[in-house]
Amino acid sequence: MTKKIIIEPVTRVEGHGKVTILLDEAGQVSQARLHIVEFRGFERFIQGRPYWEIPVLVQRLCGICPVSHHLAAAKAMDGIVGVDKLTPPAEKIRRLMHYGQMFQSHALHFFHLVSPDLLFGFDADPLERNVIGVARKFPYLAVQGVMMRKYGQEIIKATAGKKIHGTGAVPGGVNKNLSIEERDGFLKDIDQMLAWCRASLQIAKDYTLEHIEELADFGSFDSNHVSLVRADGAMDLYHGNLRAITATGEKIFDQIDYQSYFKYIAEEVKPWSYMKFPFISSLGPENGWYRVGPLARINACDFIDTPEAEAARKDFLSITDGKPNNITMAYHWARMIELLHAGEKIRELLNDLDLQGTDLMAKGERRGESVGLIEAPRGTLFHHYKVDENDQVTMANLIVSTTSNNTPMNLAVEGVAKKYLSGAEITEGLLNRVEVAIRAYDPCLSCATHAMGQMPLVIELEDAAGNTLDRRVRD
Amino acid sequence: MNDTFKITIDGKEIEARQGQTIMDAADAAGIYIPRLCSHPDLKPIGSCRVCTVVVDGRPQAACVKPVMDGMVIENDTPAVLQHRRNIIDMMFVEGNHFCMFCEKSGNCELQALAYRFGITAPQYPFQFPEKEVDGSHPDILLDHNRCIMCARCVRASQELDGKNVFQSIGRGFHRKIGVNGEKELGDTDMAVSDRATEICPVGCIIKKRVGYEVPIGQRIYDKAPIGSDIEEVHP
Ligand code: FES
Ligand code: NI
Repeated sequence: MTKKIIIEPVTRVEGHGKVTILLDEAGQVSQARLHIVEFRGFERFIQGRPYWEIPVLVQRLCGICPVSHHLAAAKAMDGIVGVDKLTPPAEKIRRLMHYGQMFQSHALHFFHLVSPDLLFGFDADPLERNVIGVARKFPYLAVQGVMMRKYGQEIIKATAGKKIHGTGAVPGGVNKNLSIEERDGFLKDIDQMLAWCRASLQIAKDYTLEHIEELADFGSFDSNHVSLVRADGAMDLYHGNLRAITATGEKIFDQIDYQSYFKYIAEEVKPWSYMKFPFISSLGPENGWYRVGPLARINACDFIDTPEAEAARKDFLSITDGKPNNITMAYHWARMIELLHAGEKIRELLNDLDLQGTDLMAKGERRGESVGLIEAPRGTLFHHYKVDENDQVTMANLIVSTTSNNTPMNLAVEGVAKKYLSGAEITEGLLNRVEVAIRAYDPCLSCATHAMGQMPLVIELEDAAGNTLDRRVRD
Repeated sequence: MNDTFKITIDGKEIEARQGQTIMDAADAAGIYIPRLCSHPDLKPIGSCRVCTVVVDGRPQAACVKPVMDGMVIENDTPAVLQHRRNIIDMMFVEGNHFCMFCEKSGNCELQALAYRFGITAPQYPFQFPEKEVDGSHPDILLDHNRCIMCARCVRASQELDGKNVFQSIGRGFHRKIGVNGEKELGDTDMAVSDRATEICPVGCIIKKRVGYEVPIGQRIYDKAPIGSDIEEVHP
């Protein structure tokens, strides 16, 4: 009899899902599946809407990553209005918005969702292992998290008009610049923010190095990595060309114009999941799956163009002799390098007078189809649209970051289950570890399923005959 | 002048002139009566009933009801406000009004009224009707999801543009604004410079490709609630 374990809900994951752990005849873990409760009406809902509305409308996709969808859609719509190059003020305002989003998202994830695991250990009492516990024991850290998140959100508000459902990015440009007063408000706090970025990076790094043996075998596996990189190979979170590398760093493809992403990335559908399984076409669904997000980006780029983050990247790669790092839990360290990079970029932009420029819109010749990609906090985000001669959308296809990390998350859970499951019971320890492994990917199940709001996760253990042996829920 | 007299709105005596509507007189006195179908450049038709006031115990549409000497009018009473709130509520649920991504947000009179009346979520269930979007005109988009049947466009096309682009067709729940019978907007002689293009109080008739150009914070009702301009007449 094959058995099945289901875990639901994973706390501190943005969204809701269910994990099923399948056991084989011998009672050993054979596979883990992360399922998402889904609502996929979005691509249809968009049909017929005017193209200029899409960057604002798509923010309804997800209450957690609205800015990433806003910018990816706006980039696609730049193409629809025939604009391949924004004016410098427009591009810099959009970048500032994006780094603000990266900053607040990474800070929130680290302090609110991850720090309890790192500070208290995976087996600590869940009553202590949460953000309130952190606030009680390490009050300065909790305050830091809140202040950093707020800083990023204020940048979003200043550039997009609102923290969610902003309208700042419009096809061909932006609708406002940054006033001197707004700029000075942010400049006043940037040094403090950078100091906190360095401290956060230190926590993530120390944690990883102290537990390296355990983590190397904690839901880790070799994988391909996909990311946008700049033409010169630098990390670029806002814009670039597609690069895919193997687990050892060989290039699978490089400097691909993302307008033709569909020639390089395909999506597989599996009967048990609403979430699709993207893969690199040339390698096929079996071997072509890949990871996206902070770990993939640090692995894929040749360098980072801000000095402190670049030093941190070198430091990060030194433990793998310059080769890609494939440790699941190294996502946290990579994420904190990006947090520092976002902070450095924000400082660089705030000191750029183009942000007060008034040349905000570019024009071009109308096109019928366009793709917009961005490196969202959780990874590469794809938006693809077709627009008819009446200016109405006829086709939309989205691949969200969490969907790209679908297979990797399943493997991470499988790895953890293989190591920590004994018998046919979901222990507290197993539940905790499954949560920790999934959380490393910072999945946004809300995005992945195009559902609204926040939902929680369940674990079930199922045998070969499909009988549920155990079930554990935590919200 | 012997054609001026006094009327009373909510206990306040104001000057009125023969030939004025209640709304005209109230406007002149700096008293705001909410409205949607009424527009200063169009003949009033009294259809939306948002301007309902109570005159001598009876509900009347202030935009069409002429003033009479000694009239006693209730405008700002709990019962009148509730009545208007119900009407606005119905408009929200009968259409598909997604303010959070609508490009008219911040410039929309319906949304502004909802804010002014403190309506955050309608009390009636949403009906989510199926409505068309007509993108056939090169410069104007017609999104029936947001139509509230105020017929401003019908009148503006006839009275101000000397055309006849829109008509109100059908009855009851199926009533809608039609375009020259059953055609698409692109088949008509409508021009983007027509008054009918910009007179829509909601986001039903919109100029193409300019949505969201005005940033949040600088839109009409970001600055002051609807009706403030009238109330400023007599601060
Ligand atoms: S404004 Fe008077 S009835 Fe519409
Ligand atoms: Ni999301």
